Amino acid sequence: MTAVTTAPPTAAPVPKKKHRPRDTIAGWLFTAPMLVILGLFLVVPVGMALWVSFSDWTGRGSPFSANVAFVGMKNYQDLLGGGGLAERDFGTSLRNNAWYVVLVVPIQTIVAIVLAVLVNRQVLKGRGFFRTAFYFPSVTSSVAITVLWLFLFGATGAVNKVLGFLGIHGPSWFQDPSGVVHNILGAFGITQGPAFLTDNTVLGLPLWDWLAGPSVAMSAFIIMAVFTTSGTFMLLFIAALQNLSGEVQEAALIDGANGWQRFCYVTLPQLRPTIFTVVTLGLIGTWQVFDQIYTGTQGGPGKTTLTPAYLSYTSAFESQEWGRGAAIAFVLFVIIVFFTLLQRLVLRERPVSRRHRRIYGAPSQGAGK
Amino acid sequence: MSATPVVAERRSGPPAGSLPAGKPSRSRFRLSTSSLLYAVLVVIAVIYIGPFLISIATSFKTDADAATDPLSLIPQTWSTAAYAKLFLNSDFPTWFTNSVIVTVFVTAGRVFLNSLAGYALARLEFRGRNLVFAALIAVMAVPGVVLLIPKFLVINQLGIYDSYAGMIVPLLVDAAGVFIMKNFFESIPASVEEQARVDGAGTFRIFWSIVLPMARPALITIVILSFQGSWNELSHFIISTQSPGLTVLTKGVASLASGQLSQGTQYPLKLAAAALMTIPVAVVFFVFQKRIMNSSDGSVKE
Repeated sequence: MTAVTTAPPTAAPVPKKKHRPRDTIAGWLFTAPMLVILGLFLVVPVGMALWVSFSDWTGRGSPFSANVAFVGMKNYQDLLGGGGLAERDFGTSLRNNAWYVVLVVPIQTIVAIVLAVLVNRQVLKGRGFFRTAFYFPSVTSSVAITVLWLFLFGATGAVNKVLGFLGIHGPSWFQDPSGVVHNILGAFGITQGPAFLTDNTVLGLPLWDWLAGPSVAMSAFIIMAVFTTSGTFMLLFIAALQNLSGEVQEAALIDGANGWQRFCYVTLPQLRPTIFTVVTLGLIGTWQVFDQIYTGTQGGPGKTTLTPAYLSYTSAFESQEWGRGAAIAFVLFVIIVFFTLLQRLVLRERPVSRRHRRIYGAPSQGAGK
Repeated sequence: MSATPVVAERRSGPPAGSLPAGKPSRSRFRLSTSSLLYAVLVVIAVIYIGPFLISIATSFKTDADAATDPLSLIPQTWSTAAYAKLFLNSDFPTWFTNSVIVTVFVTAGRVFLNSLAGYALARLEFRGRNLVFAALIAVMAVPGVVLLIPKFLVINQLGIYDSYAGMIVPLLVDAAGVFIMKNFFESIPASVEEQARVDGAGTFRIFWSIVLPMARPALITIVILSFQGSWNELSHFIISTQSPGLTVLTKGVASLASGQLSQGTQYPLKLAAAALMTIPVAVVFFVFQKRIMNSSDGSVKE
């Protein structure tokens, strides 16, 4: 994307694309519907909501009417340091969603890579069938899948039946608010955190509770997320695998690398751009858990499946706390942007380290093209 | 490359001579390995497909049967009570009709408007194009859930809350779709258009009768994505409608799941609804399966 300079052409003849006057009219006409719709339903709303998040609007009348007051940072303060229920609920929702992100993003990425590598063999019979089977959950709606999950993960449901065959007594999934990490610690007899964890709170929630892990109910949603997204990401990885050059693989083969080594040292580094894409999409998606909660648990049991997106919705539409709901949405927006930028830093192309350069005997520029 | 940390492990027999690009596969990999691979794949496939089979089977069971034997794929007694109730004694037909209406309009709108905008961004050298493009990128960065309250505010202000207009118009364009079309149009050689220009055809004429017919693969991608997107959309309809007559499938089935019109669990009923709402997307998926599976983006050349 080159910026178009509107400066008069200087002495140096810069080869610049000329605007055709006819194209200007057509161009704006062609993009007008898009600009109007995206402007009206994306750009304007963000501005409006930003105002609402600084106001005390109660949902009656227009948010721009005279009786709506500017309350400054009050809505944000309630959330991030008010000391009340609003802060504790927000902290709880962040805790729940953070565990969800931390588990879903890596698992779905790894599962997608494994599926892609398994299915991408030339000699495999029935490749089409397997690809279709793995992708199919991705086309169904989140509502339908949630209904199915409520049935499968019932206390006496299909999942617990299967676990029963294996001699495991399954939990009553969607009714169980206990944290997975706490349960594991509990198995070792640790039921009470050390004092510095139980006495110090962040966002109204003791540190010990931040470390509870996802609740058993949330775990069922985590499994569901992997189930419904790994197929889509598998397709991205298959496309990437088919674009890899065979020469590097051949070189590794001739060097005597076995299959596992070829995968780790040759294929995986070449997949880096795709992994970057998948992790980015995963991060953006997993911070916005809404449909499943609305359909399935409405935040229960014990608020352990409450997510910021769902809390934002209920604050505004059910509790009529519109300013607070809008503020939650903006905090969530900031979180998503922050994490996207953070993983850009973490997963960026690094120059090859000195140690590796010695090993490879050539200054390479990492993966990519 | 002699100092690689890889331990040399010479394989018996020469490596396969000419490898197909990108797929290094050994021509003969051992039987045990391959049968293990198949076993693994079959198990995973069962895990991925099983839930849907169970859901269809359960929708034909009686309530008691569904509760006592949730895993069986054969109902004890075949019962179509769930379907009868959905079609005759619930708002399900209304939900279905609304979903169809919305999906048809949104898909048609997106095919036309996304390609219009995509064409302008790809081909028309107009003043301000880069600005429009930068705005499009910025818009793509806004997460959808953040827009729930804001969108409601605007729809309410415009006076189209609780109407088909409020359900359909905001979905008529999507930034990702514009992107797909733009990338595709950039991949078409410009010579055809130049020829038509010389012949004196207008911009819209060139777009409509020359470029658009060439864009079929990308248009089909847009159809698939729009159909799936609007059929499966939930949150937008939650904030744009409230009357029962405008409820779409996702919203209706979600209310079923949280226990309206039911005594007891009524799993066969809920799963029947879930199965029925999956059929249209499944059909679209199987019809266009080849294209979905072979394309990583819209610009696939045939």
